[in-house]
Amino acid sequence: MTDAVTPVVKVTHLRAYYSTHQFGVQREVRAVDDVSLQVMPDEIYGLAGESSCGKSTLIKTIAGAIRPPLAVQGGSVEFDFGGNKLDMYRAAPDEIAAIRWRHLSYVMQGSMGVLNPVRRVQQAFVDFALRHIGQPMPQFLDTVRAHLERVHLKPEVLRAYPHELSGGMRQRVAIALATVCKPELIIADEPTTALDVIVQKGVLDMIRSVQRELKTSLIFVTHDMAVHAHLCHRLGVMYAGRLIEEARTAELFGAPQHPYTQHLIASLPRIGRAAPTQALPGAPPNLAEPPSGCRFHPRCPRAMAVCQREVPPMQTLPGGHRVACFAVTPP
Amino acid sequence: MNTPLLQVQDVSRHYAMGGLLGRGHRAVDGVSFDVGAGRPEILALIGESGSGKTTLARIILGSVAPTSGSIRFDGVDTATLRGRSARLGFMRQVQPIFQNPFEAFNPLKRLDRYLFMTARHFAGAADTAAEQAQAERALRQVGLSLAEARGRFPHELSGGQLQRVAIARALIASPSLLVADEPVSMVDASLRTSIVNLFRTLRDELGVSILYITHDLATAYSISDRVVILRRGQVVEAGDARQVLDHPQHPYSIELKSAVLAPEVGTDE
Repeated sequence: MTDAVTPVVKVTHLRAYYSTHQFGVQREVRAVDDVSLQVMPDEIYGLAGESSCGKSTLIKTIAGAIRPPLAVQGGSVEFDFGGNKLDMYRAAPDEIAAIRWRHLSYVMQGSMGVLNPVRRVQQAFVDFALRHIGQPMPQFLDTVRAHLERVHLKPEVLRAYPHELSGGMRQRVAIALATVCKPELIIADEPTTALDVIVQKGVLDMIRSVQRELKTSLIFVTHDMAVHAHLCHRLGVMYAGRLIEEARTAELFGAPQHPYTQHLIASLPRIGRAAPTQALPGAPPNLAEPPSGCRFHPRCPRAMAVCQREVPPMQTLPGGHRVACFAVTPP
Repeated sequence: MNTPLLQVQDVSRHYAMGGLLGRGHRAVDGVSFDVGAGRPEILALIGESGSGKTTLARIILGSVAPTSGSIRFDGVDTATLRGRSARLGFMRQVQPIFQNPFEAFNPLKRLDRYLFMTARHFAGAADTAAEQAQAERALRQVGLSLAEARGRFPHELSGGQLQRVAIARALIASPSLLVADEPVSMVDASLRTSIVNLFRTLRDELGVSILYITHDLATAYSISDRVVILRRGQVVEAGDARQVLDHPQHPYSIELKSAVLAPEVGTDE
């Protein structure tokens, strides 16, 4: 590492497969295949890709929230929370439990997933954060109230049941929960996808202002490229279980290198453009039987013979733009 | 002056809540618009969740009765349709396409059965050969072939392919109107464009009018001729798609448009 600052999380050649053994048939779904990435302090890292490209599996693996049949086959996930280092797949369970919520928290797509429908919102804060913050109850509640103000919520929501809140308010509560301990890294999986556009814009602006204030790192997963353009500093694009391109957001939108990213950005519908956009032929591959070589080659307009045989390695271009494509960096 | 294909006239649908003293909920409240006057068109019905757009689609398809108002198809009030043959005649003309193709098809039933049954009921196919010919023709129109769908179960196809099969099934009846409720919101980004382009082809080449129900202003701008913007069951703005979306007038339309994130990198970085 030549960088002066160390990354908050460093993922190296991570492979996570779903393997099942049923009726004598061994099946392996390579949902995350040889992914390497780093997230710096005070950075919003966006992860883009279509459904079943492995982006949710990747962040589950980073967060250590894996259950069989998903298993890590190789590689490592190393955290560095201001000198407090931890290797997710070599650490003891109690060490991992200690960093959860204190240093690493998680926002899910459905906020009802983190809120108990029959308990008041306050109970969720007590359950999640009380032992990490380590203050007596009255001071703890003051801390929570002050924090709620940051996400533009009134303290009264603590007395409410989840069903009494609107979808946007619930998602704000979920974000308040994830940020109340001021963790170094927050992983957000499609946190605004279920919201209407007007509410979504408010929640995104709020996420950005909270991130600026707390200087946390954020891994933000969504398939919506417009949200990435609006929020993220750096962006990684996944296709069929592999990271295929990574660059600063402005560069990725301005000069995408990988043919898939180029298509993804060119085909975005936007208000003000009525001309038909070109569709890509074919469909994303089945990860149980992925194509040989580059997994994009059956749909790629620039495919060459080598793309069918070999997996393009991730190459770094000048300026830190990384891309895995033989058409960009010939073998 | 041609009779519009579909006339929605002052349609309302109220749902009672909370018994005698409870409040009612107006899911759709006095909505009027026409589709396909003179030539085939794509009309986008835009609204957020709770705006009543799905209730309106159900009313048009006849699966929910309006509390007041009427739906006229080809000048005939659909509430006056009585009997099986009149009902089948209406269904032949107006076909639905649903949001999630995986829920629209029975997972235990082969896809070609759907196509063949539709050909038998709605396209007058008398024998197996005719059924197959009809299915093949419709699948060709959506860029698939019978060989690809034959004997397949829904889970064997991708979401985009399955949505194409759903559209092919609707086309077998040679409808004049498709009611498509959020047809691309469950489909992957790289396949969405192909479905949206398909709608354009259906309008231009087969003369099918499409009621495109969506919350996505960007695709609505790209394919529709006219738009109707709904909010809490009421029409807030309607008109030519380019004009309304380029220069929205109603405060809600302006707010909606400004909340749509452009897929471009902001200047505040």
